[in-house]
Amino acid sequence: MRVLLSALLALAAISAAAANERPVPPRPGLDFQSAETRQMQGDDGANPGMLWVEQGAALWRRVEGPAQRSCAGCHKSAADSMKGVAARYPAVDAVSGALLNIEGRINQCRKQRMSVIAYPYESNELLALTAFVTHQSRGVPRKVSIDGPAKPFFEAGRAFYDERQGQLNLACGQCHNDNWGKRLRGDIISQGQTNGWPAYRLEWQTMGSLHRRLRACSLGVRAEVLDYGAPEYLALELYLAWRGEGLPIESPGVRR
Amino acid sequence: MTGNPGFNRRSIVCGGLAIALMPALARSAQATPAEMADAIRELTSGAAVKPGRVKLVLPELAENGNIVSLAVTVESPMTEADRVKAVHIFSEMNPVTTLVRFHVSPRAGRNPTLLTNIRLADSQRVTAIAAMSDGSFWSGEASVVVTIAACIDGG
Amino acid sequence: MPQTTRIVMPASAKKGEVFQVKTIIQHEMESGFRRDNRGLAIPRHIVTSFVVTYAGADIFRADVFPGVAANPYFGFTTTAVETGEVVFTWTDDRGDVTTERRTLTVT
Repeated sequence: MRVLLSALLALAAISAAAANERPVPPRPGLDFQSAETRQMQGDDGANPGMLWVEQGAALWRRVEGPAQRSCAGCHKSAADSMKGVAARYPAVDAVSGALLNIEGRINQCRKQRMSVIAYPYESNELLALTAFVTHQSRGVPRKVSIDGPAKPFFEAGRAFYDERQGQLNLACGQCHNDNWGKRLRGDIISQGQTNGWPAYRLEWQTMGSLHRRLRACSLGVRAEVLDYGAPEYLALELYLAWRGEGLPIESPGVRR
Repeated sequence: MTGNPGFNRRSIVCGGLAIALMPALARSAQATPAEMADAIRELTSGAAVKPGRVKLVLPELAENGNIVSLAVTVESPMTEADRVKAVHIFSEMNPVTTLVRFHVSPRAGRNPTLLTNIRLADSQRVTAIAAMSDGSFWSGEASVVVTIAACIDGG
Repeated sequence: MPQTTRIVMPASAKKGEVFQVKTIIQHEMESGFRRDNRGLAIPRHIVTSFVVTYAGADIFRADVFPGVAANPYFGFTTTAVETGEVVFTWTDDRGDVTTERRTLTVT
């Protein structure tokens, strides 16, 4: 019965105009922060996320590994080579067929082209490089590919978004499509857009990845918290990037 | 996963507001307004503090007590004869009453503004005291309501 | 070990001009008042002092307490006196010192 229902729902979701599925207009998480938080993000001298961008700039130049390579060695000036890149991620790697977010792409480069170990999620190094690379696309409108090799990942992400989960049996859309702008106790529910990530979260008192925030969402509905880099979160990341098409990359974001 | 039938959905999702305003404190608990008054008295050696000339700007409602933007501006011509030497920021509820002490240089320029981010353990009044070169003390204050996001994550 | 810092100040200024400086240092500012999930106190680890010198004098000093937020941010103003080095020094309660230098050209 549930399978049939899911199939019917999936059909309905596909046939429903994309315009209905995505909030109109798309509004970044920034719109749902307090004035002071927005001001903190807007001031490059006060935005704590800029510390990680600074660290990322230094790591970009760091020479490592048996072949003594650095990001800069191949990619030269990040301001040139990385401009617009984050706006089209997550993307499917042409060679391996894997869906990669920026963290995944950085680590793939490290392992395959620099022959050094991958940086773990939430390490300052990975946060710094991700923030730095994403920062080069600041202001660039998001546009990801959901066709061809990306299609199965997109569908998986969409299914995850639409599925009721956890002890509280909530689907993402129930808050972020149906009730954004309304209050959840003292909070105003956002659309759940992701163009401001990685972000400095006031609650964490540090920079964090989108996956850390997604894990917190899972925890919030008392669903199983998946691993950093889990395929479900990666697929969801692609779906959310599509959902927020046109929103400008904001990195480094500041969120409560 | 078994649920607890005693809680409804909203209270589980939004338990943060009730729980997290006062995190468990390892040392002695919060200060009191009396302790702040003591700290101020110690600073001024009992001299009178005049309200005025100090503009303390804090948000009326802070989204998260971990990091609250503070700006303090002191009215002063900043001449050698008449300038602000130091600005002390006090909390009436934090475990440590003094939040920060700024030492202001004569080169700071007229009506200097100082910026920082503070932590506030709870909704409270914050007081800024400026020590002037003529030995006088002036004060400004601001009240902040400290909230916490409904969906705090513990992650 | 020196920490990552972020300093925003103009590279040049006219003599006598008052300009703003904004600084952030990466530091957890562990207050000493939190407990871990075993109930044990997490030891305090905070920046205690921040000093900025330029043209032969301290142009800004902060005595820093646990009530300053993580990744301490300070903004202040100062006057352009002469071309020279502006030196920023943060010290924490373990004796770790971070120093940054910037050159200001005064025209």
